[in-house]
Amino acid sequence: MSNNGRMVLSDFINPPPVDQIGIEERVARLNKRSIKKKSKISALKLALSMIDLTTLEGKDSKGKVRQLCNKALHLHDSFPDLPHVAAICVYPPMVPTAVECLSGSNVKVASVATAFPSGMTSLQTKLSEVRRVVRMGADEVDMVISRGAFLRGKYKFVFDEIASVKEACGEAHLKVILETGELNTLDNVRLASDIAIGAGADFIKTSTGKIQPASTQPVALVMMQAIRDHYFKTGKKVGLKAAGGISNAKTAIQYLVLVKETLGVDWLTPDLFRFGASSLANDLLMQILKQTEGVYQSANYFSKD
Amino acid sequence: MATTEKILDFNSVWEYSPAPESTDHIKLDDKYDLFINGEFVAPKNGKYFRTENPATGKKIAKVAEASKADVDNAVRAARTAYNKYWSKMPAKERSKYIFRIARIMQERSRELSVIESLDGGKPIRESRDIDIPLSAAHFFYYAGWADKLEYAFPGRKTKPLGVAGQIIPWNFPLLMAAWKIAPALATGNTVVLKPAETTPLTAMKLAEIIQEADLPPGVVNIITGAGETGRAIVNHPGLDKIAFTGSTVVGKYIQKTLAGTGKKYSLELGGKAANIIFEEADIDQAVEGIINAIFFNQGHVCCAGSRLLIQEGIADEVVHKLKNRMETLIIGDPLDKKHGYRSYQFESPIKKNKRTCLSRY
Repeated sequence: MSNNGRMVLSDFINPPPVDQIGIEERVARLNKRSIKKKSKISALKLALSMIDLTTLEGKDSKGKVRQLCNKALHLHDSFPDLPHVAAICVYPPMVPTAVECLSGSNVKVASVATAFPSGMTSLQTKLSEVRRVVRMGADEVDMVISRGAFLRGKYKFVFDEIASVKEACGEAHLKVILETGELNTLDNVRLASDIAIGAGADFIKTSTGKIQPASTQPVALVMMQAIRDHYFKTGKKVGLKAAGGISNAKTAIQYLVLVKETLGVDWLTPDLFRFGASSLANDLLMQILKQTEGVYQSANYFSKD
Repeated sequence: MATTEKILDFNSVWEYSPAPESTDHIKLDDKYDLFINGEFVAPKNGKYFRTENPATGKKIAKVAEASKADVDNAVRAARTAYNKYWSKMPAKERSKYIFRIARIMQERSRELSVIESLDGGKPIRESRDIDIPLSAAHFFYYAGWADKLEYAFPGRKTKPLGVAGQIIPWNFPLLMAAWKIAPALATGNTVVLKPAETTPLTAMKLAEIIQEADLPPGVVNIITGAGETGRAIVNHPGLDKIAFTGSTVVGKYIQKTLAGTGKKYSLELGGKAANIIFEEADIDQAVEGIINAIFFNQGHVCCAGSRLLIQEGIADEVVHKLKNRMETLIIGDPLDKKHGYRSYQFESPIKKNKRTCLSRY
């Protein structure tokens, strides 16, 4: 560790090995936890409060972002006591619209940055984009790591890049997207997690949602172990965002079980765990209504976006 | 970077709901007799003992206590069956009977799982996913071997030994019975089996299955009782072999008793094994290994990993992570599907001490 207490790359150039079979077995085991009735309802509501309601499409418009912000604040007003989602996640040009729509609420504005989703641009361009979204009022910045550099073994480059982005974020929270679908092995996922955490990530995030596979439970479990080990070493709590491919309530609850039994209940909060998703919210709403009313509602009763 | 002593909070928020397995579908009698010569017969001395649900201490049923006279009858029935039917039957015919037992066990697996958990206190997840399917699998496996023994021992002529006395413990009640009975039957032997006095019910259900499978009378005899019954089996002159799984003390007693008699024996006794962890290991996976090794079946496994040998540099980290992992163990009613571990008071007839026991994951 360097003198000022910040970690340097050499602190995690040798991460622990990850046993893939063991991770998969543990996930399979935890997927068998029986979540019903009261514990199911509280899990559904908790998951709802952890969503980063996301629209990341080339065709995004201000109108769609306004609609999404409105949904974030009014998930299903005919049903009382529902939480609001954690944040809205948009492309940089949509940040002002989102900030305007959500002002005065507790819903955060997250913006992807650093040439999302590929990250294929210069550091300078990345940093100026980050500064711009923060200036426009984004509370959270979702950056992507340079996977090409990582896979070539240029860990110092990746580390320094994240550290620079963190500095450019200022007060804004930094989520570091590892894009695990491109990292090939769980050992790489662990190493990338350690590098991102060490370089100052407030959250580490599985995926952009643009690459398959997106978030998987084995990957999320490995990232949780990295977060937990960092907490054991330093006492600092880093968050996890599972993004992409989580579209139904059952899967979301399985992630919550992984969090609960790996990191503990301190992480069962939107401050430390998020789902990056677009269609998950509606499925959670349908399940919540089903739990209380006994029957499934038609999907037509829920807003599309 | 020093490892801290932090223990995470896994339980104060978001409790899982109970997920009890239903017991409505099982049928248990108030009283179980001895299964001798294909029939259920009352014990000669008229004595019965209670078998309890160890999670609640409540009585489940009365079970017959076999005396020396009953052991005599069982051994005689097994000898007759051996001479008259089983040793003479073509191997492929034997295997049909064994297949039939396996299939009926599969059909009744849900019932057997629940009874195993009720009577032994084993978490339903283990009896449902491990004990019962494996028991049926053993019968299937040995059924397949029955007519292929010459391939197992090339160049040698195989022949049955005779009548085996088999004494099994309470940690895997039905599975132990399968391990003992299936290979004996496949190789043409007949058996007298005594289940543990604390967990006799699935063995009695197996007796019903054997009756249903229409095995020739006396090929399998199942008699219940405690130490005295076991002693009568070990000392019985009419047996060709004793197969025993259980404590080292009893194993030594069997060795002494059988020395010089010419009887064969196989003993599977307690041995506690070490986990050895080197520093290049994936420590989280090693911790899972430790948990499986020592908490599977509440640690009631002959090779339970009860010792840890850890390379010095990672010792603190492994112990710290193990402590955290142990906080996530779910303890409670064995019939709750989410429980990996039960807590129960177990009055061991051997140790005579009350202890709280756990099981797995």
